[in-house]
Amino acid sequence: MKEYIIRLVYVEMLGHDASFGYIHAVKMIHDDSLLVKRTGYLAVTLFLNEDHDLIILIVNTIQKDLKSDNYLVVCAALNAVCKLINEETIPAVLPQIVELLAHPKEAVRKKAIMALHRFYQKSSSSVSHLVSNFRKRLCDNDPGVMGATLCPLFDLITNDVNSYKDLVISFVSILKQVAERRLPKAYDYHQMPAPFIQIKLLKILALLGSSDKQASENMYTVVGDIFRKCDSSSNIGNAVLYECICCVSSIYPNHKLLESAADAISRFLKSDSHNLKYMGIDALGRLIKISPEIAEQHQLAVIDCLEDPDDTLKRKTFELLYKMTKSTNVEVIVDRMIDYMNSINDNHYKTEIASRCVELAEQFAPSNQWFIQTMNKVFEHAGDLVNIKVAHNLMRLIAEGFGEDDDTADSQLRSSAVESYLHILGEPKLPSVFLQVICWVLGEYGTADGKYSASYITGKLCDVAEAYSNDETVKAYAVTALMKIYAFEIAAGRKVDMLPECHSLMEEFLASHSTDLQQRAYELQAVIGLDAHAVESILPSDASCEDIEVDKALSFLNDYIQESIEKGAQPYIPESERTGMLNISNFRNQDHHEASSHGLRFEAYELPKQTVQARIPPASLASTELVPVPEAMYPRESYQTTTVPSVSSDAASTELKLRLDGVQKRWGRQTHFPSTSTSNSTSLKTVNGITQVDGSNTANSRTRETYDSRKQVEISPEKQKLAASLFGGPSKTEKKSATGHKSSKPSSHMVKSHAPKSSMEVASEKTSVQQPPDLLDFGEPTVKSTAPSLDPFKDLEGLLEPTTQVSSAVNHSSTAAVTKSPDIMGLYTETTAGAHHKDSDILSGLSKPPMTNMVGGTTTMQVAQSSKGPNLKDSLEKDALVRQIGVTPSSQNPNLFKDILG
Amino acid sequence: MIHFVLLISRQGKVRLTKWYSPYSQKERTKVIRELGGVILNRGPKLCNFVDWRGFKVVYKRYASLYFCMCIDQDDNELEVLEIIHHFVEILDRYFGSVCELDLIFNFHKAYYILDELLLAGELQESSKKTVARLIAAQDSLVETAKEQASSISNIIAQATK
Repeated sequence: MKEYIIRLVYVEMLGHDASFGYIHAVKMIHDDSLLVKRTGYLAVTLFLNEDHDLIILIVNTIQKDLKSDNYLVVCAALNAVCKLINEETIPAVLPQIVELLAHPKEAVRKKAIMALHRFYQKSSSSVSHLVSNFRKRLCDNDPGVMGATLCPLFDLITNDVNSYKDLVISFVSILKQVAERRLPKAYDYHQMPAPFIQIKLLKILALLGSSDKQASENMYTVVGDIFRKCDSSSNIGNAVLYECICCVSSIYPNHKLLESAADAISRFLKSDSHNLKYMGIDALGRLIKISPEIAEQHQLAVIDCLEDPDDTLKRKTFELLYKMTKSTNVEVIVDRMIDYMNSINDNHYKTEIASRCVELAEQFAPSNQWFIQTMNKVFEHAGDLVNIKVAHNLMRLIAEGFGEDDDTADSQLRSSAVESYLHILGEPKLPSVFLQVICWVLGEYGTADGKYSASYITGKLCDVAEAYSNDETVKAYAVTALMKIYAFEIAAGRKVDMLPECHSLMEEFLASHSTDLQQRAYELQAVIGLDAHAVESILPSDASCEDIEVDKALSFLNDYIQESIEKGAQPYIPESERTGMLNISNFRNQDHHEASSHGLRFEAYELPKQTVQARIPPASLASTELVPVPEAMYPRESYQTTTVPSVSSDAASTELKLRLDGVQKRWGRQTHFPSTSTSNSTSLKTVNGITQVDGSNTANSRTRETYDSRKQVEISPEKQKLAASLFGGPSKTEKKSATGHKSSKPSSHMVKSHAPKSSMEVASEKTSVQQPPDLLDFGEPTVKSTAPSLDPFKDLEGLLEPTTQVSSAVNHSSTAAVTKSPDIMGLYTETTAGAHHKDSDILSGLSKPPMTNMVGGTTTMQVAQSSKGPNLKDSLEKDALVRQIGVTPSSQNPNLFKDILG
Repeated sequence: MIHFVLLISRQGKVRLTKWYSPYSQKERTKVIRELGGVILNRGPKLCNFVDWRGFKVVYKRYASLYFCMCIDQDDNELEVLEIIHHFVEILDRYFGSVCELDLIFNFHKAYYILDELLLAGELQESSKKTVARLIAAQDSLVETAKEQASSISNIIAQATK
């Protein structure tokens, strides 16, 4: 029998159905002979899932076996427990397993721990009272049991960090003992002392130390020790090193550790092994959040990885690029992403990369034009994989344009959108979501600039409706667009003549099975029959951005109701009070009126983003999304100032609404580290600012130079160009290194005086031209605060030349805080007296935010702190509003929406 | 956590599977086919990690056999690579320079070893010695059981003579 069962396992493993034999395996575990029993257990764990019907037959045997005095039987039973026990059966075995935690055999204790861990994963409530047992087992004599205990503790700590802070000391001391080889030799692996336990411990420490200075300080020594002791020639040593880097990037930053982490990363990236490169890219992505400047020295390695034939490595690199995207390099990165997106056909990853493109484009778009073009590309290639919300955002952007004060730019934008869409419509197959956008835009703005005749546009729309005849949503959009165009024509006093194909289309729709299409077609007919004045009031031109007052009480029906009641009709009884006797005819009347009123107001619902101005954001939403966003808006605004330098800041406030959805997420992730409190940022200064820069910038630039010059021979100019556009300044430095750091000469500190010398310079020029407005803009929303500027400044650090930083800093301070600029200028002139080489160092040190702050005086920090309050709240409110409107179309006619939005 | 362990031969034949997360029989075949296609076609110099449906699959080739483990997005790939190697070393020690045939004919033993190494998708024991000791204890039990059985059958055989 035993042999048969084993063969059955094999059959099942090969993918055939062996369910007829399951019951025999279940019978086998009842057997007295341990040999047979064990085979039975093996078979059931392989055959059955936790929700299988036969489980109920097994529980009893497991209970019995857990009490057995042969520890091998207990072990076999525990193996089965881990796999088979489900939420309902946990209570049946739980008490016995808790008893087993004190079993004399360590193998049993270990498995009991793992079983409890499994229970915790399945239903955390069932074992919540047993958490103290895990803590006790941590002090177990046997290292195996201790190691196993780390698994559940890791999960527990992931869910609730704060209640385990007291364990930091013990974890650190365990790690120390492990690193000092105090564990038995048996746990060594390739000459490393218990590396798996080390990795687990480092993971736990990373959790415990994240944004907790006190806890982190306990860890510094031991993590540093491990960094030193790790042997980077073996694979496992690198695994531990990688985990150390993860830990360092997660805990409260320490300068020394960051340096050794950067060292380790550069070793990874320079190695020939793809595995190590992959890990290096990943580690770089983690560390870049804390010290953006380390990316510079690895730019060429990163670009090599980007062009590597290895798909996995490429994806990882894209992930890194995604993390380091700024407004300066967004165009290059998104272009690359889209190229790559086109080249793959794995839907899962395509969706991911498309959503990333959209997110980046929304957040950093240098111009609306570019944004629309990028969106077009994304939609074209991955249209059906993109979230519908993105499409609505795009429509909204086109509708709202740049802002209120610049109508010509708006109409230019719209006509260019119309043009590009008319062009795109020539393509044979387009995704549905994209078609919806196209239809909407054509309907709204197709004839707005008078370039295209109404009949041309309507012809196109009819083509769309016919070509995609099995997509109701697209058809609905097309009909509505037709209606709008005709309405505009009528309102403009021109005579409307319907194209013949349009007529036939309407006829078809009038008899359509879809009630939604039917209604739209009838509405179209009705609208065409009306006179110009009426049409204008129903569908005013370019009114998609106006707010529509929806009268929820339907007060305009009051007269009618009064009349009916006077005529003897029964008054309306709310549903809750209704008892069962209801006057159907009365309700029907009312329903009818509701429907007709919606019919006329239909146009308003087309764009779900702007319904009623709901001033009160839902409280729950605001409280859960407590991520501060104010800074995130700057890149967006920055463009405005570049194109229209004299724009008043109030235009920005309307703009802000536009892209918060994407922005929010992004910043939530980034701000995670020093939780932006004052105390944190002050000590951060010393880490990121002076010491780091003075010390390492020289070192960095030196190593960079050597690294570059070594590589220079085989690097093609395109690659360098790419590097320049991705990483901003550094390659410029490299170019100019022959002439010394002359860029810091006072004469050239105004960026505009730079004459473009080569294509590469143009790229970096771009970065510098774009940057100042970034900084200029911080000043606008919160005039006296410099604290929010901390983060954007830090963003700049890695990317920009010292000059740009200084000039932008000067620009910034001159607009924002007038008192500060003389100070900087003073210091600036002072430093220029020094030698060139030294000069640039000091300057780069100077231009860092901490320095500026110190110059300006520390009091500004406190001011900023206090002024941050209302600002933050305000933006949260706005965000909540946008979210609410964006996600749930709060209207009275949800069914209609379901049809439109799918 | 490790979601499943998969051993496939270079021809795409399954040699060992262990599922720590619930997958139905249909899903299992699909997963194996999909991953087999991806992993077997990868070049020798590429990295040992594959992105797959939001998970990561770490694989390593030993002779004609591919050892694959599917892990979460935030796990340490190099560590898992070493877990695979650790498993192979234990198999090697147990079978004495293990080969594919050992696994085909004694796959249940490979399962026992895997059960001692991994439990519920986590590494439970990182000491080779401990695993070896436990497996040896189980085997000796099997031996005694066999002896008993044979002695009983001997007795019966003699009695029936």
